[in-house]
Order: sequence, then C-alpha cells, then structure tokens
Amino acid sequence: MGNLFKIAIRNLLRYKRRTLLTASLITVGVVFVLAFVSVAGTFKNMMIGQITDSMIGHLQVHRRGFVASIETLPLNLNLKGGAIGKLEKILNEQTEIEAYSPRVKFGGMFSNFTETSSIRLTAIDPEKEFKTVPLLPERVSDGSKELKPGGILIPELLARGMKVKPGDAVVIVATNADGSVNGKQFTVTGVMESATGPGGRDGYVHLNDARELLRMEGQQVSEYVIRLKSFGNLAAFSEKLDGLLAKELNQQDKPLFELHTWEKLSPFFNIARMIDLMTFFIKLMLIAIVLISIMNVMIMAVYERIREIGTIAAIGTLPGKILSMFVIEGFCMGVAGALIGDLVGIGLVWILNLSKISYNFGQQKGIILQAGVSPADILMISATVIIVSVIASLQPAFKASRMEPIQALRHT
Amino acid sequence: MALITANHISKTYRVGEVEVQALRGVSFEIEPASFVSFVGPSGSGKTTLLNLIGCLDKPTEGALTVAGADVAALERKASAAFRGKTIGFIFQDFNLLPVLTVYENIEYPLLMVQKVPPAERQRRVTALLEAVGMSDQRDKKPDQISGGQKQRVAVARALVTNPKLVLADEPTANLDHGTAYMVLNLMKKMRDEFKTTFIFSTHDQKIVGEAETIFTLEDGRLNGTKSRGGNGNG
Ligand SMILES: Nc1ncnc2c1ncn2[C@@H]1O[C@H](COP(=O)(O)OP(=O)(O)O)[C@@H](O)[C@H]1O
Ligand SMILES: [Mg+2]
Repeated sequence: MGNLFKIAIRNLLRYKRRTLLTASLITVGVVFVLAFVSVAGTFKNMMIGQITDSMIGHLQVHRRGFVASIETLPLNLNLKGGAIGKLEKILNEQTEIEAYSPRVKFGGMFSNFTETSSIRLTAIDPEKEFKTVPLLPERVSDGSKELKPGGILIPELLARGMKVKPGDAVVIVATNADGSVNGKQFTVTGVMESATGPGGRDGYVHLNDARELLRMEGQQVSEYVIRLKSFGNLAAFSEKLDGLLAKELNQQDKPLFELHTWEKLSPFFNIARMIDLMTFFIKLMLIAIVLISIMNVMIMAVYERIREIGTIAAIGTLPGKILSMFVIEGFCMGVAGALIGDLVGIGLVWILNLSKISYNFGQQKGIILQAGVSPADILMISATVIIVSVIASLQPAFKASRMEPIQALRHT
Repeated sequence: MALITANHISKTYRVGEVEVQALRGVSFEIEPASFVSFVGPSGSGKTTLLNLIGCLDKPTEGALTVAGADVAALERKASAAFRGKTIGFIFQDFNLLPVLTVYENIEYPLLMVQKVPPAERQRRVTALLEAVGMSDQRDKKPDQISGGQKQRVAVARALVTNPKLVLADEPTANLDHGTAYMVLNLMKKMRDEFKTTFIFSTHDQKIVGEAETIFTLEDGRLNGTKSRGGNGNG
C-alpha cells in the first residue's frame, strides 16, 4: 500500500504544473465553499436568532384554527379558562422549556386626539414575555423599555406619522368579541422598531389593560409563545409537544390546540431555505469542479502512460493493482486540494472576521460579522472532495486496468 | 522434459476484413536453461511468437505449453499471475518506470507482482545490482543513465523473481554494437548463474551468433534450426 502511494505521488510530481493547477482549482473551490458556508450559515443563524428572540419565539400554541385566520386577529378563537389550565399544566411539565408567555392579540384604532390610524396590538405579561423573547426590549429605540399597566409601546411608523413621542397620551379604541366598542387612554412608554423591517404596525400593551379594554370575562389568551433551552432541540421537542397536545380534545372530540414552530410562522424561514439552497448549489458546483478536473487529469495521465501500463501489466501486475495505482493518484490529489483548501478557507474566514465587516439586519444596526467555520462543515466538505476525487479517477483507472498488454506496449 | 513445446501453432490477425497470417504452423521445443534466439527479417513473426510464449496472446491454432501451462487455456487474470511468477520480460525500449530509481525498478516485481519479505527482497535486489554491475548507479533515475545501463537494469528486473524463462524481444535493437554484445554476454552469464532459459529475438545476423540455438523465421514459418554447444536442443 505504501508503495502504491509512493508511485502515485511521484507520478503526480512528474507533471508538476498540471498537478499544481488541478490541486489549485480544487483548493479554490474548497476555499469558496468553506467561506460561503460559514458566512451564510452565520448570517442565517443570526437572522433566525433575531426573528425568534425578538418576536416569534421558538414555538407557538394557539386554539385550533387561529393561525389560519391570523390576519383578522379573531378574538372568538382565543383560548379560555379550562384550555389555558390544561395547556399551562402541560407546558410546566416540560423541562426542555426555558420560558413561555401568554399573549392576547387584537386590532384597534389608535388616536392622538387629532388623527386616527389602525394598529395591531399584542398584550403581554412583560416579565414572562421578556424571558421568552429576550431581544424584544432591544427593539425599543426611544423612551423606556419597561412596560407597565397603562403604558403602550408604539411602532415607529405611527410615532413618526402621527407625531407622537414617549410621555404623550393616546387613545386606543377596540371592538371586543361581542361587537361592542370600547376605548382606553394610554401613555406612550416607548417607540419600537419593527422586527421585520419598516412598515410594521405592531404595538405592545400590558395584558391587564387588554382585559379591561376588551371587557374580557375570565382568562383569555390568543397565543402562547415558547422558548426552549436549546434551539437545536426544536424539531424533536416540537414533535413531542405536538403528541401531547393532540390528546387534548374539545367537546366535538376535535383537537383543542395547534402547535407551530417559528418556521411555519415567519416568511423568514423561506430566506433561510434560500440560503440552504444556495449553499447546496455551491456545494454541487464544487463537486462538479472536482469531478471534471480530476477526471480530466486522470484521463490524460492514463493516456500518457499507456506504454508504462503495458509494461507493468506484461510483467504480471494484476489489474486490481493497476486500478488502485491510478485511483490513489486521484485520491492524493483530492486530499491535497481539500487540505490546502481547508487551511486557506479557515484563513480567509479569519481575515473576514478580522476586517470587521458590518451589516444591518432589522433593528440591529452595524452587526459585526463573526463567521465561524464548524468542524462538521470542514469534515463534510473535505470528505466530499476526496470521495468525488476517487469516483472521478475510477473510470480512467478502470480503463488502464483493462488494457491489453501487447496493444499498450505497441502504443507510440 | 522440454520447458516449451509448440505444436503447429498459427496466429492470424484480423484487421477489419483483412486477415494477416503472422505464424503458419510453427513447431519447436526449448529445453530448460537454454540460450535461444529467433531470427528473421522484420515482419517474419518474431514478436508474435514471443508474445505467445510470454502468455500475452493466444495462438489461433495449435498447442503451446510453457512451463507446464497450456497458454490457450489461461484466462486474463491467471495469465497475469502466471507471467509474474514464471516469466521475466526485457523490452526493446527498456521500459523502465521513469518515476522509480534503478534500485526500485529492480525491486518492483517483488513488491507489486510477488509478495517477498523485505530482508529477502533487499538481498535479491542487491545481489542482482552487483551481478549486472549497476550497484554504484542504484539511486539514479532511468533518465540519468545510458541505454546500455538501462538494459542491464532491465535484465536485473527480469531476473529478480527467479523466473524459469526470460523473454527479450529485440533487446539490442536500440543499442550500439559494443553495448549490444555486452548485454548479450550479461544475459548469457545470468543464464549460467541462475539456470534461467533466455529467449531473444533479433533481425541482426551478427548478434544472433551469440545464441546457442537459433530458429530462423521467415513469413511466419520456421525455416531452419541451428545448434551449437550449450544446452540447446538437437
Ligand atoms: N496486432 C496486429 N494486428 C495485425 N497485424 C499484425 C499485428 N501484429 C503483427 N501483425 C502482422 O503480423 C506479421 C508479423 O509481425 P511481427 O510478429 O511483429 O513480426 P516481427 O516482430 O518479426 O517484425 C506482420 O505482417 C505484422 O504486420
Ligand atoms: Mg518485432
């Protein structure tokens, strides 16, 4: 085996320039993929973190049917006393849950006493909410982050459009589940940026105020937002919780609750998917580069060495040995390309991090790129390159091993 | 018992519609440890015959036995294994592997064709380097030595597996006269030392005199046999 490697490496070094070119091509491919995977992956995780930690949470539970008509924020689809008790009992038993927060969502009219505009409100228990979506307070750009009863956090759009600032008095008018209209005066606590870009019309009030404004009798909750201790555990836990919730039935023997992960609730999941898709295609390109360049070099190598192949075959080298000789050549080139590519790729990401490239996302301004190269990615990419190199050399190597010695020896 | 027995062997090449009769019913016997030459003009069938004896090709007709093996019956892999064990090859163009040193070229069959333990391998390669007078060039690559030296390395490579038979197709065609005689004398010396049968082909009437048994080929037919001394057949 050692001798096969010795012969393979010497044959590679025999055509130094060609070997160098091919290995460099693979190296460049690996560097690009590695840099892209780490930067895109870092961006994606940051984006998911922003979306989940400042707004959506990891998981949400609603009364069945709520999400389908979420645009109208239907108050008649709120969870009521019995269901709330059952759900909170289940949630309290789950050790995977870090925190959860009940919300009431409703639409209303926002007035500064001279003008009126529509607003979507989320009523929260601030203590629970901030534990569940810890980046929410950071969205408050002006005024206080502390939401007390009687206070309201208003979206930037309304603050600007209706010239309202923290400390001003405003009125919210809302229609409750029975259709009667009620109004309540609030003091603007703070102005907040939208999590999803400009144009958001979402405000936050205290849960107690919502009860009063909507004249709720007893407990009502539109949605429960859940934060897990470990985000990586999301898929497994969501399946488990879904199973538990499915057992809870209403009077019609239909499931009472519905569970959604953040992916189902945010259009940003599609962006995350796009990033994954792009990563996939870039990896596919790397595979194509490796496949074509190695195959090309190995076809040339076999063609140039036909007489040598004839010689070693004539003196009794078995076809399998000849096959491995050429496959090992492709393998070595793949290993060299992958190894150098990994090193240069890690270096490049390191330099990218050092150069402190900054970018904006949502309300987060000037985030400094700190891309990480995960060992799993390095391993995956290297293994792919090496395996593809071997596959690419198989056909030329097989051709070499099947050559008839006398014809090969006659070749000029 | 004869090492090689050829009984009315013929070889016909088919190139498209055209048939070329390279050998037309050739019969002969070659005894162990003989020093044999096939001589004849270009196109007379020497290479074809040596390829058949070397188990690189199969006769179209007739029976050919080499060291107890029926050449026609050997399938691809078995014939490769048989060649590796029984036959050494010397080529007109030397055919050393350019990436290996002189030492490694001689060692190659013991590593890649047979499995010989390191100590024994080293002993045999060193002895053959000495025998062909190439010890001081052992670490050179083939492109750093002369044609005559290359052919001496090739002789050592052919002998390193202790084959029963060494085949050399026009081994001196690319060498000058003096060097050609030296290589032939080396081959004869090796025959004397290792009792290996040497068969070489040539179209050079002067060189052929070195052989102890001379088969003359013409148009694919054996056209006379001459023997003098040695172990040649009568
Ligand atoms: N592979 C082949 N295909 C077709 N014809 C061949 C082939 N090899 C040899 N021949 C023909 O067979 C005859 C004998 O050739 P060869 O054995 O090479 O003779 P020599 O070695 O004595 O010059 C020649 O006419 C040659 O053209
Ligand atoms: Mg010839």
